[in-house]
Amino acid sequence: MKHIKTINKANLSATAKKGGCGKCQASCQSACKTSCTVGNQKCANEENK
Amino acid sequence: MIHKFKAKDICILLDTNSGGVHVIDDVTFDLLDHAEPPFEKECPKNVMDILKENYTEEEIKEAYADILELYDNKLLYSDDVYGDYSKTVVESPIKAMCLHISHDCNLRCKYCFASTGDFGKGRKLMPFEVGKAAIDFLLEKSVGRENLEVDFFGGEPLMNFDVVKQIVEYARSKEEEYHKNFRFTITTNGMLLDDDTIDYINKEMYNVVLSIDGRKEVNDRMRVRVDGSGCYDRILPKFKKLVDGRGDKEYYVRGTYTKYNLDFSEDVMHLYEAGFDEISVEPVIESPEEAYAITEEDLDQIYAEYDKLVDRIGAIRKSGKHINFFHFMIDLDQGPCVIKRLRGCGSGNEYVSITPDGDIYPCHQFVGHDEYKMGNIEEGTFNNDIKKEFAGCHVYSKPACQECWARFYCSGGCNANNFVFNGDIHKAYELSCKIQRKRIECAILMKVLEQLEA
Repeated sequence: MKHIKTINKANLSATAKKGGCGKCQASCQSACKTSCTVGNQKCANEENK
Repeated sequence: MIHKFKAKDICILLDTNSGGVHVIDDVTFDLLDHAEPPFEKECPKNVMDILKENYTEEEIKEAYADILELYDNKLLYSDDVYGDYSKTVVESPIKAMCLHISHDCNLRCKYCFASTGDFGKGRKLMPFEVGKAAIDFLLEKSVGRENLEVDFFGGEPLMNFDVVKQIVEYARSKEEEYHKNFRFTITTNGMLLDDDTIDYINKEMYNVVLSIDGRKEVNDRMRVRVDGSGCYDRILPKFKKLVDGRGDKEYYVRGTYTKYNLDFSEDVMHLYEAGFDEISVEPVIESPEEAYAITEEDLDQIYAEYDKLVDRIGAIRKSGKHINFFHFMIDLDQGPCVIKRLRGCGSGNEYVSITPDGDIYPCHQFVGHDEYKMGNIEEGTFNNDIKKEFAGCHVYSKPACQECWARFYCSGGCNANNFVFNGDIHKAYELSCKIQRKRIECAILMKVLEQLEA
């Protein structure tokens, strides 16, 4: 495409299939403690890499 | 749903439900103001007429065809197929715990949400027996979860450090039997750090959060001792020593910005120049009556500061050096699964806080709000109805999230903020949402810039 460049896998729906394993960190334990960001975490499931 | 924005002369297009991030040109950007599903096969004449003022017919036709291709590939206006997951979400095992090891503090920070350490419940230290019972509770409630997180929090946890060590030793002694891996974190103001505590923290703590606001005058205005004097000169060398001995283990220097330092990019840079490269500086959460509270009128300056940080952090990285700003972290490909993204931090459901008296709350920010007391560790009580309420708190239970493009990045925001400001864990605290959306735009912009420059 000439006018659009997609820069990521755009695979959010695919993550549902192997999702919810719970290996990842609880987001508030990292640094914030007064807010919530989840999108800045990584998936911790080795099988999804 | 889509969201598009321009930054640094780049047009960025997000597709909320697929997570797609696209760089588009001006004609496509403008076309998307006028064209939306259901798409016709050719660009409608009325849209063409509008855009012909600025673009050639050929450009418009090409861009329209690209939009259609993206749409057909389900990368634009893709369906929200996650609502069904939210309907079936059940309670999770509890895997993370915040231990209020000390409801006492040796500082009197003026913005402290914990009422300068005691959470309005009196100055107390957690006895080992309560901590031990909390670990047993976590072991019992974490069926199916291997990685367990325990955060030593306060108040100031170093005021009760012997109990911290006892709890770590006890938890470690149970890891093999229960097939668990404990990850400990400690949040400290640094006042009581010495060589022994630094060595212990660097050995045992998976992560450490070091509280400092940035420049000396900024830090010392809010982070004061009992006699009113600032703590910067005492803590900075200790934090340096700790970080220098930390190796590859995680840490954050973590500051709070208020209306008094709306130029907080200077504080981020100050911390970097002082030798720290893992930095989180975040807005104070306070009701608008307080002079230092962030209010709507501050937003333009706050947005501009985040823009400055994009430039300054980008320049540092271009020079080959490392810096990480917590709220600009984003992984557009290997981020959390969408299931995780539905429910945010997990407070009250997979994460709880324990007070020195053994009272259980959904998180540290709910402590003191008795309607959300979930039970008591030593009494063996636990109100599962509250856990169910939090399990059912997700982006589909929060009306504002339905209209928000950022819902799968922030995952519904902070339930405690929602409760404190709006009296309802499902009712978004819009001021935080606005700041959050700006940070997400900046984080995505930085990723786009990296890719375009690669």
